[in-house]
Amino acid sequence: MDIDLIINSFPKLLTASLITLKLLLVSLIIGVFLGLFFAILRMSKNIFVKQFAYGYSYIFRGTPLLVQIFIIYFGLAQLEWLKKSVLWVILKDPYWCAIIAFSLNSGAYTSEILRSAFQTIHTSMIEAGKSLGISNKIIFYKIQIPIAIRQSLPAYGNEMILMMKGTSLASTVTLMDITGVAQKIISTTFKPIEVFIIAGSIYLFMTFCINKFIKLLEKKYNF
Amino acid sequence: MELLAFGKTGWGDELFYATLMTIAVSITSMLIGFLFALIFTPLKLSKYKFLNIFGNFYTTLIRGVPELLVIYLLFFGGSGAIMYVASIFGYFEYIEINAFLIGSFAIGIISGAYSTEVFRGAIQSIDKGQFEAAKVLGFSKFTSFYKIIFPQMLRLAIPNLSNVWQITLKDTSLISVTGLVEIMRQSRIASAFTRDPLFFYSIAGLIFLILTFLSMKLINKFEAKFMNKG
Repeated sequence: MDIDLIINSFPKLLTASLITLKLLLVSLIIGVFLGLFFAILRMSKNIFVKQFAYGYSYIFRGTPLLVQIFIIYFGLAQLEWLKKSVLWVILKDPYWCAIIAFSLNSGAYTSEILRSAFQTIHTSMIEAGKSLGISNKIIFYKIQIPIAIRQSLPAYGNEMILMMKGTSLASTVTLMDITGVAQKIISTTFKPIEVFIIAGSIYLFMTFCINKFIKLLEKKYNF
Repeated sequence: MELLAFGKTGWGDELFYATLMTIAVSITSMLIGFLFALIFTPLKLSKYKFLNIFGNFYTTLIRGVPELLVIYLLFFGGSGAIMYVASIFGYFEYIEINAFLIGSFAIGIISGAYSTEVFRGAIQSIDKGQFEAAKVLGFSKFTSFYKIIFPQMLRLAIPNLSNVWQITLKDTSLISVTGLVEIMRQSRIASAFTRDPLFFYSIAGLIFLILTFLSMKLINKFEAKFMNKG
């Protein structure tokens, strides 16, 4: 056990955890909106809209996240018209490519979580709203969405942890997140165990915080 | 389309063999995962606090740390560890471990943590009366587990195990970082060669979609057959 290496690499990994956190937060926030959007599409009566939303979640849940990142980062750079467009400002940056891939992936899982939450809402709640003369729109925003969000909290906590682990793939597109820095230190020092202990503890600490956060929310919005 | 031709001109046969490799790694990892689950599920369910801590440590660690980090640990640390063990027995040459073995082992450890949770949940949801009835009828602990608890547990576990299989199948894409030529690695080689990453990574995604689709169909069929027995 190399204590010096542990002490030396701790600050490096800690600063790298900022990138991991940034990737995680931004993609989770975009993912929630995408998820809500596609969950609403899934409930549409139009068969094409429904199929489109289903196809989106099926494709992103059925392929590895690594494939998705590689298509966006390496694949899209090949399209000449895209390179000339304004979008290229975003797509040439590995950071934004990772965020796009993570958000789309998280959106697919979140849409499934929210969809099943919407389905578990008892029809009596909606009927109660209707009999009180509340409009459909208000019922949706004030009754269905809050209940669905509360219902999906435990499953969403798992999704947050999965996404946190997913951000490690950003290291494959040259981003220096915790895993990226850890891999660099390992390949220069050949001491994987020491580095794994620190990097692993940082990740575990983040998992712990996410768990506590979700428990807190569950308690707060208990009914 | 000629990029996908079989033979020397295209990448069809290479991708086909890479797909077989992915399937082989997935199945091996799943089996190694079962071995881990066989060890750690009893630990998690044990009466002894000390053993519980041990079991919980494994599942919490693996489910909270990115797969890629575990793979790096085993890939860079694996041969070192084996060489250390070998040096105790007086063997000092460099030992290189097969990428297939180390990759399957890494994914197996990860898949094992998920399987452990599935088995633990399944055993805990079996009615307590079943354990008591087995005890009353004078079955030994061993036979009551293998003849009464285990078959029931398997039935409860199969739907969740199919999720574990999906996760394992998708995780195998990560061991491309170790150089094992599976779907992702082969697509990377092909796209570096042809400068057409969009096409080859899309094909890789398509192959994974087909694999997950087919395995779901297969598992559902198996499940229907298995469930009817009871």
